[in-house]
Amino acid sequence: MAQVTFLEAIRQALLEEMDRDPAVVMIGEDIGVYGGAFKVTAGLLERFGWERVIDTPISETAIIGAAVGMAYQGLRPVAEMQFIDFIACCFNQLTNFAAKSHYRWGAPVPMVVRGPSGGGVHGGPFHSQNPEMYFTHTPGLKVIYPATAYDAKGLMKSAIRDNNPVLFFEHKFLYRRIKEELPEGEYLVPIGKAAVKREGRHLTIISYAAMLHTSLEAAETLAREGIECEVIDLRTLLPLDKETILASVKKTNKLLVVHEDTRSGGIAGEIAALVCEGAFEDLDGPVVRVTSLDTPVPYSPPLEERFLPNAEKIVAAARELAKY
Amino acid sequence: MAVDVIMPQMGESIFEGTITKWLKKPGDKVERDEPLFEISTDKVDAEIPAPAAGVLKEIKVNEGQTVPIQTVVAVIDAAGAATAAAPAKAEAPDVAAKPAAAPAPVAAKGSASTAGAKKDSAAVLAASSPAPAESEAPASAPPPSAPSSDLGSAGGNGKRIHSSPLVRRLARESNIDLSTVSGTGAGGRISKTDIQAAIAGGGAKPVQASGAPAASAAPAPASKPPAGPGAPAAQITIESAVPRERMYFGKYTVQPMSTMRQKIAEHMVASKRVSPHVYSVDEADMTNVAAARAKSKNDFETRYGTKLTFMPFFMRAAVEALRAFPTLNSSIDGTNIILHTDINLGIAVSLENGLIVPVVKNAEEKNFLGLQRSVNDLAERARSKKLKPEEVQEGTFAITNPGIYGGLMGLAVINQPNVAILGIGAIQKRVMVIDDAIAIRSMVYLTLSYDHRVVDGATAHQFIGKLKSVLEEWNEPLV
Repeated sequence: MAQVTFLEAIRQALLEEMDRDPAVVMIGEDIGVYGGAFKVTAGLLERFGWERVIDTPISETAIIGAAVGMAYQGLRPVAEMQFIDFIACCFNQLTNFAAKSHYRWGAPVPMVVRGPSGGGVHGGPFHSQNPEMYFTHTPGLKVIYPATAYDAKGLMKSAIRDNNPVLFFEHKFLYRRIKEELPEGEYLVPIGKAAVKREGRHLTIISYAAMLHTSLEAAETLAREGIECEVIDLRTLLPLDKETILASVKKTNKLLVVHEDTRSGGIAGEIAALVCEGAFEDLDGPVVRVTSLDTPVPYSPPLEERFLPNAEKIVAAARELAKY
Repeated sequence: MAVDVIMPQMGESIFEGTITKWLKKPGDKVERDEPLFEISTDKVDAEIPAPAAGVLKEIKVNEGQTVPIQTVVAVIDAAGAATAAAPAKAEAPDVAAKPAAAPAPVAAKGSASTAGAKKDSAAVLAASSPAPAESEAPASAPPPSAPSSDLGSAGGNGKRIHSSPLVRRLARESNIDLSTVSGTGAGGRISKTDIQAAIAGGGAKPVQASGAPAASAAPAPASKPPAGPGAPAAQITIESAVPRERMYFGKYTVQPMSTMRQKIAEHMVASKRVSPHVYSVDEADMTNVAAARAKSKNDFETRYGTKLTFMPFFMRAAVEALRAFPTLNSSIDGTNIILHTDINLGIAVSLENGLIVPVVKNAEEKNFLGLQRSVNDLAERARSKKLKPEEVQEGTFAITNPGIYGGLMGLAVINQPNVAILGIGAIQKRVMVIDDAIAIRSMVYLTLSYDHRVVDGATAHQFIGKLKSVLEEWNEPLV
């Protein structure tokens, strides 16, 4: 058992699934010869050859369009967006073709779209986004956003084996910063199940991706003040694990949602509505959100810091809610 | 209610601003967030919005003047208070009429309804039907004795009770009238712990005092105003010793208590109820200390940039005495005495309309300068309301100095869960007898209030003796 980085865990999943099923192919910009901008796909071309690891021109529409076509033909493509921000270029292919083919023509699209997302790395507005909500709002897709190396590997394998189009967001801040011991043998993590990463009784914090770690950090600080937080990692945004969310709110009666996505239209609003619908009489306080500001991601480091949530902001919000 | 308008800080490195233009004049009405004045700073010129709605009462800084950030530049007379912390305008004169024969007030303090009381009270009271069971309490705390059919959201006279969906459900399930439950949540809201305590107490009666071994694992939280996070372990009613209606006679105005005042009131009652207070007094000759201070004052203040007062001398003496007599640095949990190793000195700070006791943590590890700095910093932030919750918690012994306002001695109430508090009187020159000769010395009376459950007279007097000897034999250089 070795310590494996978040990035390496994803690479292992890709490698293992390509080994296991010859229908799995990779397609994207610079993924083959270059091994990927972040080296996630390093070594795959050498191992599987150019027919299964395809370098493309710079055209996200072409990448996704080709992937959908390959899926129709019985392959299981894993398409990369070099930076997830570029997914806007293939919005139509994803939402009107990938998401609706099975519904409309009975033609399943077993594909995965993956790429590095998120900020905190001074990447500026076009290399730091969290566009998950455009797709969480699209019926027919699945949206996964893991926070740990263990989950990243297990969920990538589940995603590749899923017969639906799955978007797999890899938070670039976590790529090399987090490591974990991974089990030797094969394991899968189910799509659509959230995980309670810390138990508590005073307050529930729901988060995902990089902010999960920030939330856990905040929970440590709060624990020293006598506020025990239950921290839940969503892991999958679509379909959302309503059961785990509602059960926790019924237990602690106070909810704080933290996400790096911008505030308006982020999943926190959706969760707040769900909780009103499913656990209103269990709420002992308003649902509070700690999110990024409603602006593009700043390039200037102090502005980006102001823009993003951090442990201090989470602790301050949690204290207020605990006192309510 | 007066709202201060301050010179804002427009950027991290900006420390002053110049008023370039007032957009309103005294007497003008302002809306909240409406532009009120324009400023110019090193980095930016800006239009500053009004922090509250109301009437601009006074401009304190004129156009063209430059002042440091946080300076109060104007005052707004804010229309109608919205929070529980602000006392309501007295609506009492409307209702000075005799209250109906009110049954003794039940647990209800109606602090939960304080938040909603303001605008409602005059209208509601004017309209209230003279049902015999209903009493017309002016302004803030109506105990509705008539059980109302709606247990949840409205009190007996229609005031809105602040709680939450969860609390209302629990109240409904346990058949508890929310207007009889006192709220300790934000703004006087009835929180989950309040309703659970009410349910555990077998109905509307709140659970009695601290001091009993806690059933839950949570340690008893610091019960000082303003309350930090964590639930209070008990709720105490503020009782009257005579029937309420006997207090309303002749002309009067009614001032509802601010949240801080309520908490002080509750704490004092609880402290006296729980700890049998005994007082020991001694006097200390402060001549040496006064001389040391006079000698080093300028040097100290120039070198360290902080005022040199008498307080760190008393703090140091307290640390030495607590080291020698650790029982006075303890708390009582049922039949267990918790002897604290840390010496965290609470220093009482008087505030406008209240008091607060910020804590200097680990005073035993600080040198003289450290003690002085800590106490000056905490006092300043206490007055400017910038204390953090952890800074008013975990005190193990307290010191109060009412003598700075005059008076020979102060016999203070113990700050729970401590077992003792030191009161310091005014430092005055008195005629003393030394070696059978008359001498003029600077003297101070030291009063120790202590909890006789664990501190006996002998220990207390030895403790004071130790304080006295540290002060009288002061030989530590200050600078």
